[in-house]
Amino acid sequence: MTGKQQDLIIQMFHVHKTYGAKKALVDINLDIYKNDFIFVNGPSGAGKTTLLKLLYLGEPVSEGQVLVDGMNLARISRGRIAHLRRKFGIIFQDYKLIATRTVFENVALVLEALGTERRTITKRVNYALRSVGMEDRRGSFPPSLSGGEQQRVAVARAVVGNPKILLADEPTGNLDAASAEIIFNLLKKFHLRGGTVMVATHDPTLLNMPGQRIVQLKAGVRLQQ
Amino acid sequence: MMLLIKRALQDLSRNRLLNALTMVTIALAVLIVSAFGLFLINAQDVVHSWEKGVRMMVYLKPETGAADRKNTEQRLLGLYGVSQVRFISKQEALEELKQELKHQASLIAGLKENPLPEAFEIRLVAVTQSDQDMARLAAKIQALPNVDSVEYGQQWLGKALYFLQLFRLAGIALGLLFLLATVFIVANTIRLLLYSRGEEIEIMRLVGATDRFIKTPFFIEAMIQGLVGAAAGLCLLAILFSMAVGNIHQGLSGIFFHLRFFPLITLLEIVACSMLVGWIGCYLSIRQFLKS
Repeated sequence: MTGKQQDLIIQMFHVHKTYGAKKALVDINLDIYKNDFIFVNGPSGAGKTTLLKLLYLGEPVSEGQVLVDGMNLARISRGRIAHLRRKFGIIFQDYKLIATRTVFENVALVLEALGTERRTITKRVNYALRSVGMEDRRGSFPPSLSGGEQQRVAVARAVVGNPKILLADEPTGNLDAASAEIIFNLLKKFHLRGGTVMVATHDPTLLNMPGQRIVQLKAGVRLQQ
Repeated sequence: MMLLIKRALQDLSRNRLLNALTMVTIALAVLIVSAFGLFLINAQDVVHSWEKGVRMMVYLKPETGAADRKNTEQRLLGLYGVSQVRFISKQEALEELKQELKHQASLIAGLKENPLPEAFEIRLVAVTQSDQDMARLAAKIQALPNVDSVEYGQQWLGKALYFLQLFRLAGIALGLLFLLATVFIVANTIRLLLYSRGEEIEIMRLVGATDRFIKTPFFIEAMIQGLVGAAAGLCLLAILFSMAVGNIHQGLSGIFFHLRFFPLITLLEIVACSMLVGWIGCYLSIRQFLKS
């Protein structure tokens, strides 16, 4: 195995995803290396969200193979799915925060699931909230926060467990320019610390950032750059 | 584990009404089944105390001499089912009668001669205390020479034991019925909780929570429901029991009749059983939910 191959963290081989007769993804091949910053771009319905979902087994692959950090997702047992998902920090388009839990509890959930000690949880959650500028809202419930604030909490939750890969699905889609910049800077910070970032977006302004890899999708097909 | 218990307690307080209704249902089920059990153990005690006192009186003909009496005693001892034979002379019988009629002693004070016959008091072994066995033995004794009459006051004891057995079976059936009903109710409550928190559970899964992490608080909740429900049901039963005992003892003053409540170990068993019911109810619904 070459050094380059060792750095591979995600591989997709001839991946197809269909929903009944509808083809969401067609013959996708993709290599992602450690510390890559990748944009998955395309119009609505191009298959960006589906592509991300296949990586954390939010959806099963219809055909083809996906490898994530050495795990073949076709052969993963039900009990190992949680372990696969711990490799990811996921920022969902609709935030997916638990409305009945406070900001602190939402972020702490990841570490609780990992079995982290209580004191460490407090320390790390506070740090994550501070880094997204939400420490003073730790006792608030998500419905009382603005969209930008909820997204920042979602970022804090995504990074608090020190995942290897950060997946962000339209992270700036519902935000104003100022909030979008804050979120994007947080993603860059994670990348600078050595993490791998994969962002699904149709926002063209994000694509102008230098040094990014772009995976272009159209109607489920990857366009060659 | 402390974290999961804390989460379970938080969830219990968040869904107070639903959980309270389940606990009340469990409490009522425990109350009804335990009340039945309590009735059974006390009825059993009473019947057993009567059982211990089962005896037969064999009255001898007035003309029976000492040799015939000795002979009759030997023959009685040789009968199957007889454990002890005690001779009661005319004088002893009169003394015993005087003792029993303490306050109405004047009734027999004026007697010129002792009218009571000589008799044998027979104690029976436990296996011959059924209705038919006693009747068979009485017939055999009656057939002996010098025996005037045979008397045994507890002919109905066999019937009482039979009814007690019926009650016991009915109690087991009732208990099983309530057990199933409670499992069903707990399962439904947990199912409702699961559906109401479906999104939360989905989020937990997406952030890497294992099934065990998701399930454990629900199991703790269900067992707490069982614990609190059983404790409430038993407390209510204890209160009702103490009230009933006061009334029964007052109504039956002078009669030796001791009612008892469940011993501690039985109470703990009932609570453990109720917690197990909660666990089973939770297991049934959560298994189905997490598979979907």
